This record gives sequence, C-alpha cells and structure tokens, in this order.
Amino acid sequence: MGAQAGMMLSLRGLSRRYAGVVAVDAVDLDWPEGGVHALIGPNGAGKTTLFNLISGLVPPSAGSIALGGTDITRLRPDRRAALGLARTFQNIRLFGAMTVRENAMTGLHLAARASVAEVVLRLPRFRREEAAVRAATDAALERVGLLDRADLRATALAYGDQRRLEIARAIVGSPRLLLLDEPAAGMNPVETRALAALVRVIAANGTTVLLVEHDMRFVMDLADTATVLSFGRRLFHGPPQEARRDRGVVEAYLGAKLAARLA
Amino acid sequence: MFDDVLFTYGTLIDSVGINALLALSMYVVLAAGLLSLGQAAFMGLGAYSSALMSLQLGWPFWLVLPASCAAPVAFALLVGGPTLRLSGVYLAIATIGLGEVLRAVWINLDITGGAMGLSGIPEAAGPGLIYGLLAAALFVLWRIGRSSIGRAMEALRGDEVAAQVIGVDIARTRLAVLCASAALAGLAGCLDAHSTSFIGPAQYGFEPAVTILSFALLGGIATPFGPVLGATILTLLPELLRGVADLRMVVNGLIIVASVLFLPSGLLPWARRRA
Repeated sequence: MGAQAGMMLSLRGLSRRYAGVVAVDAVDLDWPEGGVHALIGPNGAGKTTLFNLISGLVPPSAGSIALGGTDITRLRPDRRAALGLARTFQNIRLFGAMTVRENAMTGLHLAARASVAEVVLRLPRFRREEAAVRAATDAALERVGLLDRADLRATALAYGDQRRLEIARAIVGSPRLLLLDEPAAGMNPVETRALAALVRVIAANGTTVLLVEHDMRFVMDLADTATVLSFGRRLFHGPPQEARRDRGVVEAYLGAKLAARLA
Repeated sequence: MFDDVLFTYGTLIDSVGINALLALSMYVVLAAGLLSLGQAAFMGLGAYSSALMSLQLGWPFWLVLPASCAAPVAFALLVGGPTLRLSGVYLAIATIGLGEVLRAVWINLDITGGAMGLSGIPEAAGPGLIYGLLAAALFVLWRIGRSSIGRAMEALRGDEVAAQVIGVDIARTRLAVLCASAALAGLAGCLDAHSTSFIGPAQYGFEPAVTILSFALLGGIATPFGPVLGATILTLLPELLRGVADLRMVVNGLIIVASVLFLPSGLLPWARRRA
C-alpha cells in the first residue's frame, strides 16, 4: 500500500489508540495538490488527533503518512516543517514574550542559514537574510491585516487577531501544505468572511489548505472537498454539497433515529 | 591611590566580573527555557582542569584559558543526551545530582587535592582580561539574541510544541545551548582559579549553583544585561552588609522568592527588539 502518486497528503491505515480509546481508526485518505479541503465531524471524532499525527506531535499506533509522495511517518515535527508542512492550533500557541512581528518572523526559522560567526559579526549573509525575513514577514502581516500592529506584544492582540497572527506565522514560509485547526473559532461573522477570503488567497498562492472547522457555512462556501470523520473513522470524502446529503454523515450528526424520521 | 584601591578591592573587582560571566552562562540556558542547576559543576570542571593544566602540565595561560572550556563542554555533551529529554524541575534535579557527583570526585581524587583543594595556581588572570572577556560575551550574546538563533531560543522558552512546528530542532538547540553555557561557566572557573590561586570542592557544590541562579533571577533574562546586573548586586551586597555575612544564603533565598513573587521579569524586564 504505497502513497498514491500526485497526492499532497496520503494517509494509509492510520490509527492512534490512547489507553482503550481509538481516536483515529485505520484511516485511508488522499488529498490532491492545491485547493482548500475541510475536515469535519462531531466533537471527539478525531480531527485534532489526525492533525497531530500529520504534523508529527503524536506518533501513530499504526499506518503511514506521506507528504507529496515522501513518507514522513517517522519524521520529527521540525523535519516535517522543513518539507513544507505548517499548521495552526485550536488553542492558539503564540510566543507571548514576543511582538507580533517577531512571532511572524519565527515562521521563517528554517530559512536562516547564517552561522553563529556570521550572526555575531553581522556579515553580509546575515544582513541579507534578516532583510529578506523582515520583508517576507511584513508581507505576511499585511496579508492578514496586522501590519499596523506589528510592534505590539502578541498577547495584546484580540482573540481573532491572535488567530490571524498564527496564520501569518504559518504562511510566511510559503508552505506546501497548511493545516488550520478551527481557524474561525471565536470570530464574528465579519471576521469569518474575511478569514474565508484570506484562505482563498493562501490557496491561490500555491499552498494546499486542510482545515478543521465547525462552521458549516464557512466550509460549504470555501472547501473543494469535505472529509467527515466520526469516532475516528472516515465516514465521507468528496464534494461538500454531497456530504450534506450523505446518510451516514447526517446520522453521525443527528443520530440514527432523528435522521430516519427526517428522511 | 589607584593602586591602593586595587590592592584592597582587587579580589572583589575580579569576583564581580567572574560572577557576571557565570550569570551569563545561566542566562544562556534560561533564555532557551532550560532550568539547569549544574552551572557551578561546569565552573568546577573549568577550574580544576585549568588548574591542573597550569600546575601539572605547566602550560602557558594563553593556552590554558581556551582549553578550560574543553572539559565542561565534553561533560555537557556527555550528559546532554540523557538529561535534555527532561524538562523543568526534572532537569534541575538531574543537574544537581551531576554537580554532587563531580564534587565527590574532587574530594576523593588525589590529583585534585581532596578536601584541601589546589593552591599555588599562578595568578595569571587580572581584571583587564576578566572584564574584556565579559564584554566580549555580552556582545556575542546580545547580537545572537537579535537573530533567528535568538528567536528560536525564545520560541523554545515560550512554547516547545509551537517551536517544533515552526521547525526548531529541540534536541540540537538544547544541546548547543548547554554546551555554550558550559563553555562560559568553564571560562569563569578558569579565571577564578587563576585570580584567587586557590580552589576547593566547596566552591562548586549546590550552594554556589543556587547563587548563580539568583543572579539571573534578580536581574531578569529579557536581555543578557539583567543577569550581569544581578551578579554585580549580589556580589557587592555581602560586602556592604558585612554584619549579616553569615546570613548570605538566607538573603539569596529571600531574593529568589522575592523576585519570583514581585519581579517575575527581574530588575531589567525590558526585552530588546528581536526584529
């Protein structure tokens, strides 16, 4: 069971068990290169665990993960980042002691090549790199609408802005695959619409986006494919509009009895 | 007049500079989010190895000084693998243990002079060298702070998981940080041995480890200048308060508690811009 050719992300028989609980259960999934893809499902369906498996924060109990055809199952999170994987977190994880700009700059950690000597002596390569990091960071902050607050402490930002800063940190290095864990959580309708526009721009710039989201309207408008998980298993994988009509999906959300009555 | 001042306060002037270097060695690990209580042990390794190079091998001081970093760095590499998987208080406990093991070694080996320590070490290190090295260390750490290396250390301190996800190699960064810290502490040990001409095992136990930590906590680790200020204050304070010299550890303990409670970012809480 090799990774399918031409796929951005392929999961094969991927499982994760926690003492007695199967959070992700033998999932097979493929996502193509490009586009916006949604991962949905009721609470406890295993969505965040799946993200943690893909980004390497949690080792799988079984199965394999391939990013752009490369097997990354055994790679550390930082090696996966070097292969072009970036993510945000459901419970925002910013660096609280840093400013907004500094936080976004850390997303280019892997682009730095200057040695300690070059850093200390401020040699040309270091200066070139810092200038490039600064320019790319300001472009990313501009894109998420935070450039005017670049020198504030990250913790001084409003909740929705902190989410956008985390996205800026994730996209500043132009990743191949971006995982967004509930990016619209805690945002008002206006912010959510702006976020949808931002995600479209990110995808248009060549980053494949995979996002976990509860806001169904957000998902229906935005996503090219929807994947529904329930109790760690794959329930549906296809166009979002079809997910709505899929009997298994409706049952998972509403319960079998209610779904039968509505049918 | 100036000579008199140097004669009277020479030892104190030297120890302010040496303690400031030790405070910087503490700063390096704390800045990356590691709590090590092994700084005194690293210092002891630098002090004993450099003293033996001078006394037993008769090496010139310009060779002994850089070589004094070798033993602490080798030790850091050796213990780094197993201990750096630990974090927070577990790492602190492990490094206390390592310090105690080394102290037992100094006491029990003949070549290190047992409980009597080593004396007659050439007084080759003066204030010019000590403060020159301190200035160099401050300069290097300041500039590293404002670079992707400094940002990675700060990221590691702020959130390990997020740091990994942006591509920071945690194990490698921690090991590099521990080695840099060990080298600085070793250097301080060598300067100490070669300015006071006497070293003994009691100088490198748990008590000095806590004192070094209190330097950094008092000054704060927002910039490398904080720990240097902390070291200066805590080195001069006992001289000003001769009457309570016996209570030094009590005062240090109070300072640690007070800085954690009232000054969580130390006396110099203002971070420099890293961008």
